[in-house]
Amino acid sequence: MLGRKSKSLAADKSDKIGRVLVFIYLALFFCFLVLPLFALMSKSMQNADGIFIGLENFVVYLKDPTLFKSFFHSLFVAFVSTVIVVFLGFLYAFALQCTCIPFKGFFRVVSLIPLLSPSILAAIALVYWFGNQGVFKELLLGNSIYGPIGIIMASVYWTFPHALMILSTSLSLSDARLYEASDALKASKLRTFFTVTLPGAKYGIISTTFVVFILVFTDFGVPKVIGGNYNVLATDIYREVVGMQNFQMGAVISIVLLIPALLAFALDQFFRKRQASQLTSRAVVYVPKPHKVRDNLLLCYCLFITALVLLMLGMAQFGALVKFWPYNLSLTLKHYNFEVAGLGWDSFYNSIRMSLWAAFFGTVIIFIGSYLIEKMRSDKSLRDVLQMIALMPMAIPGIVLGLAYIFFFNMKDNPLNFIYATMIILVINTIVHFYTVSHLSAITAIKKLDSEFESVSLSLKVPIYKMFFRVTLPVCLPTVFDIFIYLFCNAMTTVSGVIFLYSYDTTLASVSSIHLDEQGDVAGAAAMAMLIVYISFLVRGIHTIISTFLMKRTQAWRNI
Amino acid sequence: MENANSYLSTKKLSKFFGEFLALDNVSIDINAGEFVCFLGPSGCGKTTLLRCIAGLEVQSSGTIIQNSEIISDLPTSQRDFGIVFQSYALFPNLSCFQNIAYGLENLGWDKKDTAKRVEELLSLVGLSDHIGKYPSQLSGGEQQRIALARAIATSPNLLLLDEPLSALDAKVRVHLRQELKNFHRRLGLTTVMVTHDQEEALAIADRIFVMDGGKIMQSGTPEDIYANSKNPFVANFIGMTNFIEGEVLNKNVITIDNKQIDFVDHGFTKSTKVLVAARPECIDLTAKNEKNMFDGTVVDVEFLGSFLRIYLNTSIMPNQRLIVDKPMIGNFDKSIAVGDVVGFTMSPTHLNVYEYDR
Repeated sequence: MLGRKSKSLAADKSDKIGRVLVFIYLALFFCFLVLPLFALMSKSMQNADGIFIGLENFVVYLKDPTLFKSFFHSLFVAFVSTVIVVFLGFLYAFALQCTCIPFKGFFRVVSLIPLLSPSILAAIALVYWFGNQGVFKELLLGNSIYGPIGIIMASVYWTFPHALMILSTSLSLSDARLYEASDALKASKLRTFFTVTLPGAKYGIISTTFVVFILVFTDFGVPKVIGGNYNVLATDIYREVVGMQNFQMGAVISIVLLIPALLAFALDQFFRKRQASQLTSRAVVYVPKPHKVRDNLLLCYCLFITALVLLMLGMAQFGALVKFWPYNLSLTLKHYNFEVAGLGWDSFYNSIRMSLWAAFFGTVIIFIGSYLIEKMRSDKSLRDVLQMIALMPMAIPGIVLGLAYIFFFNMKDNPLNFIYATMIILVINTIVHFYTVSHLSAITAIKKLDSEFESVSLSLKVPIYKMFFRVTLPVCLPTVFDIFIYLFCNAMTTVSGVIFLYSYDTTLASVSSIHLDEQGDVAGAAAMAMLIVYISFLVRGIHTIISTFLMKRTQAWRNI
Repeated sequence: MENANSYLSTKKLSKFFGEFLALDNVSIDINAGEFVCFLGPSGCGKTTLLRCIAGLEVQSSGTIIQNSEIISDLPTSQRDFGIVFQSYALFPNLSCFQNIAYGLENLGWDKKDTAKRVEELLSLVGLSDHIGKYPSQLSGGEQQRIALARAIATSPNLLLLDEPLSALDAKVRVHLRQELKNFHRRLGLTTVMVTHDQEEALAIADRIFVMDGGKIMQSGTPEDIYANSKNPFVANFIGMTNFIEGEVLNKNVITIDNKQIDFVDHGFTKSTKVLVAARPECIDLTAKNEKNMFDGTVVDVEFLGSFLRIYLNTSIMPNQRLIVDKPMIGNFDKSIAVGDVVGFTMSPTHLNVYEYDR
């Protein structure tokens, strides 16, 4: 079958540059994702002396009832939180998308606030509300907030906006014609809800379920602060590694944590694909009509939820300003000295620096990477590999990635050893940890570009890289900004990814907050967590101003 | 086959996509200054052929020669052509001026020359007023003309058009195809257009290459391929054709339904089963009883403005309805109604004969 094999493309200079870049990306992914995970896996099959012992560690793990119990604890809190969040989130999204309640903009903004705060903030606020010295301690009827109750409440708080975003999108895609058909067939409102609204949002609900489950299942910050003696997998890893220096067992638990996360991720991908094929037909946008009872009920509900969000936030801030909770409620700024832990403000500045680096380099790397995958003409199979790897980080819990980084970069004969315990490793870890979501939004934006831009450019003898800066980048600027801010906020708030990786010179605000709490300085922890909220808010504000200004200048062609 | 005037040619060009053969040994020859159309149904390979010429796809085997130079192994950016796509692919964030100047800037033209050239091109396509507008402010037809101006800005010697009119409304389309033709007359630029619209190809091209299944089925002037279609595919794809089964009696006579039709020399041997192709406008309805007259029952009549389309059930086409087109003015003034039995004849000089292979 000679001739069947297509010859490789006669390479333009642009193609050659692209090919070199693809190899660089593959090398980077290999060094900063694949090999560390491999190091983690091999660590789980070694004894303390580094000798291969097969699955022996796993047997030890399974035989240890205390360790194994954590697995069910993790499953339990993740399951319960997921059920609650999906229910609350769906109702909220329904109110925003399918009713005529007022103040929708306000409700949307408030409900997204938890995205700007580290997950531990909710846990700290709950301590003030329901802890041993809590205001509403009695409401728990003698149960302690330190344990599954606290974990679930805090998890619901911080995963709520994640659920809301997916559910809102899936409800906003509902087709008005189905509602009209249902009306025409004289179906009741309730019947319409169960036969049109709910099935339409089916994939959104499924997707939310998996996403929230993974988030809670793999979270470290919340159970660390409010878990008490209720151990979960993520805190077990931390205790084994930091407390007991038992790296092998840390690796084993990491893999136990990784497998359900991978499974949930794979299922989510499977359902997403089916949804994509469902949405190809052109739908008419649904515009809700007023319905007094429903709208009033849901308005009350939204007010209730936003009140809860603001109460959590407010309590964290109040706690940070109070002299000595709950005995002396006069206000002070002394908790902002952060001197108890000997950390000072350095960790805060480190966090800002780290987040800016991660956001800047992450945006550049992710956008160019997506462009290569989507628009290059040759090396299809290499690009497919790249695309597959780019999806992986989403399935890998931060704490697992962090541990993998220690194992790999702390090896003495690793030439990349020099980045260990520096700012660089924190930046790289953060970019990799949050790669997938940004990557997907970049891909979506690039897919919208006409597929012939490159061909036109080449026919006019303009190299692709020139076109990239002249056309591709300007057109995708809104998405680029979104990626930047997404990376920045996540870098500011992340705990699980970096808990193993900071050094004395590179402590981060979110990690400090945990340490302050560990040392009993809950007010300091709250103060630090709130600082993160403020800086995220500030940067988001600046981002809005700059992008509005830049949009006016560079996106004028859009709104004409 | 060497043609002294040849500007662009392909020699035994083949292209596989995996196992799918998109181009099958395609050899074509295009003269300098010619306006050529690649015409065929979707999936026939016409766009692949164009993209191979542009270097946007790479042939699996064969060569492409442009201006006496083998270009098949050159990358896109080293080939000499301008291209307009169906989507126009105008850069949305650049104004008309910037879009047209896009290729010039890269060639190092200074501002003054660039401005002059862009203005010249804009007046050529009749859009001088739109110089500062963005593509989204223009209608589809205007976008198409800007794309055309951009494609020829750097004065390429070959213009490739990939279904440039398909995204437009019917009326605009007819208007723009005339403009394209005028444009070509003025510039004399060798032009290759891909289209699936046979009417468009007939109206605009100097020469048409009809393609199917990755092969060239016929090439020739529009009149030639319409009147003398070489095979049933072309006869059926270009315009409409009635296919009537018959059998060769001798080299000048074919029997259809026991009636003998005289031909000049159809070139088939005795007893060959053949298909006789008759265009709807080449069938005459007749009231008189003529020699070799067939008859049929009218099953439907469509009024199409300038002509009537009449569908007949007839014994010579047992599986399909025979189509007859009649101009609204002329010698036939009797009104026709569904259910009428009518007589018709076919003039042998307007018929084509193909071997019947099933």
